[in-house]
Amino acid sequence: MASKLGLIIKREYLAKVRNRSFIVMTILSPLLIVGMIVLIAYLAKINDDETRVVSVLNESAFFLDELKPSKSISYVHFDDLTLQQAKDSTNSLEYYGLLYIPNQPSVEKAANSSFLFTKDNPNTSITKELEGVFQKKLRQDRLRKLGVSPEQFSSVEKPFEINLSTFEGEKSIKGVNEIKAFIGGGFGYAIMMFIIIYGGFVMRSVIEEKTSRIIEVIISSVEPFQLMLGKIIGNSLAGITQFSIWIVSASALMFVAVLIFGIDLSSLSGESAIPAGPMGGMSQLGAMDSEMMLYAKEIYDIPWGLLIVSFFIYFILGYLIYSSIYAAIGAAVDNETDTQQFIFPIILPLMLAIYVGFFSVFSNPHGPIAVGFSLFPLTSPIVMLMRLPGGIGEGGVPLWQFITSVLLLIITFFGIVSLAAKIYRTGILMYGKKPTYKELIKWLRY
Amino acid sequence: MDHILVAKNVTKSYGNYTALSNISLQIPKNCIYGLLGPNGAGKTSFIRIINQITHQDSGEIFLNGEPLAPKHIASIGYLPEERGLYKSMKVGEQALYLAQLKGMSKSEAKTRLKYWFDRLNIGDWWDKKIQELSKGMAQKIQFIVTVLHEPKLLIFDEPFSGFDPINANIIKDEILQLKENGTSIIFSTHRMESVEELCEYIALIHKSEKILDGKLSDIKKAYKNNIFNVGVQLESDAETLLKTLKEKFNILSSDIDAVEHQLNFKVQLPSSQTGEILTVLSKTTNINRFEETIPSANDIFIQTVNSKDNGK
Repeated sequence: MASKLGLIIKREYLAKVRNRSFIVMTILSPLLIVGMIVLIAYLAKINDDETRVVSVLNESAFFLDELKPSKSISYVHFDDLTLQQAKDSTNSLEYYGLLYIPNQPSVEKAANSSFLFTKDNPNTSITKELEGVFQKKLRQDRLRKLGVSPEQFSSVEKPFEINLSTFEGEKSIKGVNEIKAFIGGGFGYAIMMFIIIYGGFVMRSVIEEKTSRIIEVIISSVEPFQLMLGKIIGNSLAGITQFSIWIVSASALMFVAVLIFGIDLSSLSGESAIPAGPMGGMSQLGAMDSEMMLYAKEIYDIPWGLLIVSFFIYFILGYLIYSSIYAAIGAAVDNETDTQQFIFPIILPLMLAIYVGFFSVFSNPHGPIAVGFSLFPLTSPIVMLMRLPGGIGEGGVPLWQFITSVLLLIITFFGIVSLAAKIYRTGILMYGKKPTYKELIKWLRY
Repeated sequence: MDHILVAKNVTKSYGNYTALSNISLQIPKNCIYGLLGPNGAGKTSFIRIINQITHQDSGEIFLNGEPLAPKHIASIGYLPEERGLYKSMKVGEQALYLAQLKGMSKSEAKTRLKYWFDRLNIGDWWDKKIQELSKGMAQKIQFIVTVLHEPKLLIFDEPFSGFDPINANIIKDEILQLKENGTSIIFSTHRMESVEELCEYIALIHKSEKILDGKLSDIKKAYKNNIFNVGVQLESDAETLLKTLKEKFNILSSDIDAVEHQLNFKVQLPSSQTGEILTVLSKTTNINRFEETIPSANDIFIQTVNSKDNGK
């Protein structure tokens, strides 16, 4: 029995890794991903560098000092021109726009009758910045009327940051929860992607056996359940092979890209498609200030051992549950186009887990929604992993929640796999029937 | 008599649909046993139960005297009606895989595959992919894979579909050879020509029930209805001859072949009358043909199925 399972796993694995499109994807994907990242970083850099020139026709007695060049706007001042002349010059000099401040007796009135002329609809960041300048001046002016001097005003305006500390007296820093959830999220996201891609492989492989009509030949030699299990394991091994190649080659490529293009990856923050490993930032240790040191310490303090062990637990159980559902779907249909109605309900909990994770776990890792979804078996592999970087026990996930979630997952695993196996063994011998949910429930009783 | 397979009161239903009701069969060793029936009669359901792909709701099955168990998978070879192979897998690799799933060792499977590939003249296909082969070629591979592990019981479900006449003949000869070598064979089909040629025993399944079984020659005898086909040389006056005959005998149909100058007719004769009609005919004319019509398997099939349907 065991050797037959081994044979099936071997065949499924080889069939997958020898497949031409699989090989192409394995080679191309890292190139595409790294290419995308480099492109995004490059575009972001270009975008940042652009400074727009705005000409100013200021006929009032105000705003003489306020319009200082910034990162995104520089100003050219026109004097002694009419508005029409200023517009024409702005146009012919191809400046971004013309700011017109008419001669008015008060700041209030001058501001209210000012105009920004541009060729097209102006960029929001430009209008925001200009509005900020006016806003500040107006506030200063109104306060001055109430008897507040400009010096007093600027002291009031000083930005404020609250001092942070843990109960143990260590200095704590902002954004750590987000970083932790982000790292957990990376693991969760990897699980989701793996399930969707390789679950699909399992499904297509089942459909292929049905359409090529080999299925009856095979199951006259082996148990349908053995075949299903062999398929799931074989395909996941192929998936792990592919994932490993991706991670290794993408890291290598990324390293090369950083060396060649000198792109500052830290500017990308959240946009990276690859789950950021803890080592990502380490190469810049030299330039780190004390705050960076604190972040590094927090990342270092994440219970990596626990995280990796639980990643494997949740990954294996979650993948087995979902891929056996995929196998059942493959068995129920005759071709891939019929799978849509069944696929959506599977992807739904996965998507939900990701969204709940990013919206709820980020802000409150131990709130009721985060707890609920990290216990519910269809979402726990993703949501629990987002909570786990906080550790287990005090300040992290309570131990009972962790154990309950794993137990629920194991129970669900046995339930779902046996249901899926029933649908599978009936479905693989059914041809020419477009199955409905009602039909599937009937199959469970055969 | 020694039986390779005995089924006792086997019943199987899917929800409200009954696929098999109380089927009992005895399949003798070392013969070709035809499992006949219209589409949807329950043949495939029965075969799937023998192969342990599905299980009966009630009833028992014995293989070689032992209750059917998973270990018997290795002693059964099954060529399903819905058959195929992995399209993108190489012929040799695939045959090895399927043989190993039946419990053969890799080296043993290789030796026997070589023998069969040479025997059917397809030695150079080993490294081809199935998708490069024609349908008939793939069927040959399928056949080899079915018989490779030298099972005691072979089950062929519509084995000749997909073969051209030449290859169908090759396969037919191979099946007969396997029988000679001592294999018992169940042959499921609704194509009656091949039944006449191959089967010694048949069972007829219709609407989930067995309505007939036994030795084909016995069944044919039982279905004989004393009808004779007669052809005589035509003398000048056919009408008079026909008239005299009709007075004495039960003529079922007749026709006059003017080109060959022959009168053909069908007559039903109780055994006592055969001598009488021969005397009458030999006096008046030359007899070209006089033969008893033995019902073909096809006639029996249609007759039994129809009478069953009308009886209900």
